[in-house]
Amino acid sequence: MINIDHLTKYYDSNTCAVDDLCLEINKGEVLGLLGPNGAGKTTTLRILTGFLEPTEGTVIINGLDVQRDPLKIKKSIGYLPESAPLYPEMFTYDYLSYIADIRGLAGSKKNSRIDQLADICSIREVMHKQISILSKGYKQRVGLAHAMMSDPEILVLDEPTSGLDPNQIVEIRSIIKEIGKEKTIILSTHILSEAEAACDRVVIINKGKIVADGSTDMLKKQAGSSRVLSAVLRKATHDEIKEFVMSLPDTPNPEIQNIEDGIKVRFQTGEDLRASFYEGIKKRDWVLLEMFQEARSLETIFHELTREK
Amino acid sequence: MNQQSYIHIFKREIRSFFFSPSAYIVMAIFLLITGWFFFSPFFLIARADMRSFFALLPIVFSFTIPAITMKQYAEEYKSGSFEILRTLPVSRVDILMGKFLAVMGIIGVMLLPTIIYLLSIAFLGDLDIGAVAGGYIGTLFLASAFTAVGLLCSAVSENQIVAFILGAAVCFFLVIIDRMLLFLPGYLVGLFQYLSASFHFHNFTKGILDTRDVFYFLTISGLSLYGIWMITRERV
Repeated sequence: MINIDHLTKYYDSNTCAVDDLCLEINKGEVLGLLGPNGAGKTTTLRILTGFLEPTEGTVIINGLDVQRDPLKIKKSIGYLPESAPLYPEMFTYDYLSYIADIRGLAGSKKNSRIDQLADICSIREVMHKQISILSKGYKQRVGLAHAMMSDPEILVLDEPTSGLDPNQIVEIRSIIKEIGKEKTIILSTHILSEAEAACDRVVIINKGKIVADGSTDMLKKQAGSSRVLSAVLRKATHDEIKEFVMSLPDTPNPEIQNIEDGIKVRFQTGEDLRASFYEGIKKRDWVLLEMFQEARSLETIFHELTREK
Repeated sequence: MNQQSYIHIFKREIRSFFFSPSAYIVMAIFLLITGWFFFSPFFLIARADMRSFFALLPIVFSFTIPAITMKQYAEEYKSGSFEILRTLPVSRVDILMGKFLAVMGIIGVMLLPTIIYLLSIAFLGDLDIGAVAGGYIGTLFLASAFTAVGLLCSAVSENQIVAFILGAAVCFFLVIIDRMLLFLPGYLVGLFQYLSASFHFHNFTKGILDTRDVFYFLTISGLSLYGIWMITRERV
């Protein structure tokens, strides 16, 4: 449905925001574009929606080139930029009515769509309020209603929950999830839990390049070949623990430190070693106070893939 | 250009302008200044024409029009709403025409009360219809050129004040340039006179409709609008 081919964007000769990005997005997919600030997420979305022109590369949506047929493409995309920059002096209803006019909805069709969106986005109570006095959460919902006005096939949402309080985040996410059942959604965020909660597929970009692509489970599995096992022991010395851990298969140097309760050991393993670790401790007659195998979260994967080397 | 789209943008801009108190301040200042300078010599000279009104108009327009145009693009950039506008199915020409026609409409509303001057003259003496009609036609061209210049200045900055100062400076320069001819070498006089908006506008107020004057104003408008079209191609 969306084919991004060798997309490159330079803001000036030294600033490369998107670097030879290739991506295919299928119909009905909810794709999370993840990356740290300045990774190139917003630039990619802006090129996708026709707001910016790429330096090189193409974006093809339903067989149409964004640069060649921008108006046709814009008709099939609903876009919510970051922090929903709406016209503050307008009233919610007037604003949505203006968007409906531009989107070519008129008469009863327009009224019924605005009515429908008021329910979907839960903005009925602010329809006759000025946008400037709305809370950030309501502004974001009005922005969502704006993006969905023409019932577009594709929704592009740039950090839709940024700056919202936890309750508002939950509300916006549930709306996105509901919409995602029928639409293709591209969602940019640097909040990993959001991508995990709402997206079928996650693409992590860093410095304009794709560094990971797949479902959240798949990414975890890929990165999960190494796990971290930690335990707190008593009746053992540092050297004994080190020797024991090094005797286990595929384990590098463990981190060992004294803590209040005993000695804490933490090491990376290639496979699940909980059983053999426990057996070893039992054999040596050490006291095991606690043992925990850390599941590698998307957060760790994200951090490893995007940190400055 | 999509006819429907630029009409919707036009309507929104008009509504937005009249929603703001600054709109009424600009209009009040315009009417106060033109009214004062029109009526104060009116009874002294006892001449039934609108020369004093039209003589002053380019100077008054040089700061009132940029005051109207300053927010058109600058405010959209600053608030980020330009990104929304550019990602809707409207072209840059739709946006440009919507904004340009809205400002022209606002100027039209601002000029409406000046009909009182016209009626006062018609009531008190014989009105030179040709000169007055020429003056108003010239006003339309002058307003169009200054609107385009003002919009261009708004399109280059995201600060309204900068846009206003820049717009007022350019318009003011175009107005006073023919007053500086005395200080210029002879070979530049013709060129600077041709560049002057006042020079071309005053031909209209004499009731002369010269294609060179029309061409001048259309060129200023056209070049400025083209500049905006280019600038907004990739304005973030």
